[in-house]
Amino acid sequence: MAFDKMELNDIEVWDGNYAAAQALRQAQVDVVSAYPITPSTPIVEGYAKFKSDNFVEGEFVMVESEHAAMSGCIGAAAAGGRVATATSSQGLALMAETLYQASGMRLPIVLNLVNRALAAPLNVNGDHSDMYMVRDSGWIQFDAYCPQEAYDLNFIAFKVSEDHDVRIPAIVNQDGFMTSHTAQGVHTMDDDTAFGFVGVYKPMNDMLDFEHPVTHGVQTEEDWHFEHKARQHNDMMSIVPGKIDEAFAEFEKLTGRKYNHVESYDMDDADVAVVCMGTSVETAREVAKEMREKGVKAGVVGIRVVRPFPFMAVAEALKDVKAVAALDRSAPGGAAGMLFNEIAGALFNTDTKLLLSGYIYGLGGRDLTKAHLVELYNELQANADAGKLLTQQQQFIGVRGPKLAYL
Amino acid sequence: MANTGWDEFEIGAMLRTFDGGIDDIAGTKQEDRSYTQNSSYTASVADWRLVKPVYNKDYCIDCQFCWVYCPDVSIISRDKKMIGVDMDHCKGCGICVEVCPTNPKSLLMFSEQADEETEIASWPSKDKGEE
Repeated sequence: MAFDKMELNDIEVWDGNYAAAQALRQAQVDVVSAYPITPSTPIVEGYAKFKSDNFVEGEFVMVESEHAAMSGCIGAAAAGGRVATATSSQGLALMAETLYQASGMRLPIVLNLVNRALAAPLNVNGDHSDMYMVRDSGWIQFDAYCPQEAYDLNFIAFKVSEDHDVRIPAIVNQDGFMTSHTAQGVHTMDDDTAFGFVGVYKPMNDMLDFEHPVTHGVQTEEDWHFEHKARQHNDMMSIVPGKIDEAFAEFEKLTGRKYNHVESYDMDDADVAVVCMGTSVETAREVAKEMREKGVKAGVVGIRVVRPFPFMAVAEALKDVKAVAALDRSAPGGAAGMLFNEIAGALFNTDTKLLLSGYIYGLGGRDLTKAHLVELYNELQANADAGKLLTQQQQFIGVRGPKLAYL
Repeated sequence: MANTGWDEFEIGAMLRTFDGGIDDIAGTKQEDRSYTQNSSYTASVADWRLVKPVYNKDYCIDCQFCWVYCPDVSIISRDKKMIGVDMDHCKGCGICVEVCPTNPKSLLMFSEQADEETEIASWPSKDKGEE
């Protein structure tokens, strides 16, 4: 069945959702099994429209829930197709069980996760609760800070996930509304170049290979389960980072756009730095530049690859900094924030004496303003000057009521 | 197999049914297939059965209904002749009995402990409808 190619301008004005939908079209996905949920709906809606307009020859399976959506993806991936979907928040929560099935079955699936708060109270806006909820699910997780990156990282996700040495599903995160519904200039690839990067899908142990029948999704108990999980973790730790490096390098060669596991901005001589994800990285970069004009050597570290967590690269990026803030956009539920914990772990057995503090911010789409970040950098500079933390280790930014500080 | 390490198996929660490829699965009898030990073909997977089908060949017309409907491929049939039930794989669901069209039925369910010869000797006679 023939399908039409689409002529694109070198730069198109796309929001993050449409950029992701275009990437799914250009990757020539075989099956999208999906259930709509705000704010990710336009991704699968966009793919469905491409299909009805004859721009793709894949299958669009409209299912009855997100649990079924990921189950459909698992079936299609096990059958031997290139598979993708999108969801957010409650949808991801309903998918949670099947996410572990997908990673344990080693099925390459690309999930566009448009980050949104988890109820209750019900909220459709962006925070990282959903991203954090599935951080141990065995999926590779990339984080896009803008529509351009949502577009680019989809191709990189297919490339890494489908590699026969990897075969681990991948999530591409983008901030709900702040990226997904904010139109920006996106540098495009033409259809042939984009498809050339991901290449023709190569099935592995596919169920539709009738001459080599396989059973997928087998049961193991105490005699085998541990070995399977050990192998999954080993491949995530030992194989995936190198494959991501290769994909980043190849993508840079193709487009000139360079990605890193850890993105460092103004970090060469930084005394103080914030570590964050999503659109906050861009806000922080702008504030860091302004702080430098005021004499504060401010830097920003963005986490690009959330899983496998770039433990060593984070330690390297922060080793010469005096005070660091870990910004977590998810309610930590009785613990330090995820980034605080990961960074503390990455630094603990090193020689650094940097002062680490954690901040919870932006829940339910609450703005992280430039004023918040100015105050934060000043607080970090005061810590650096004093040579000790002047605040408690965990604080909240931008919440009304008496100041919250713990630990 | 049982003692292999985490790095010694194929990735994924998957198992191969056969050693190597298979060309004509439909045309190859079970006993002639190269099943791996991952297949349950050689394993007994029926130990939770509480009731069992007993086959009485005297009434069977080899219609193959039981063979078609059995969800566990536990009806042994060769050249369209019913041979018996594979008791290592039968779960005792009773579907074969339900679909059997003969009168009296050629398959009936009995408790797991029932003696086959005794039950066949006292097999019900033809049901002639309401008295």
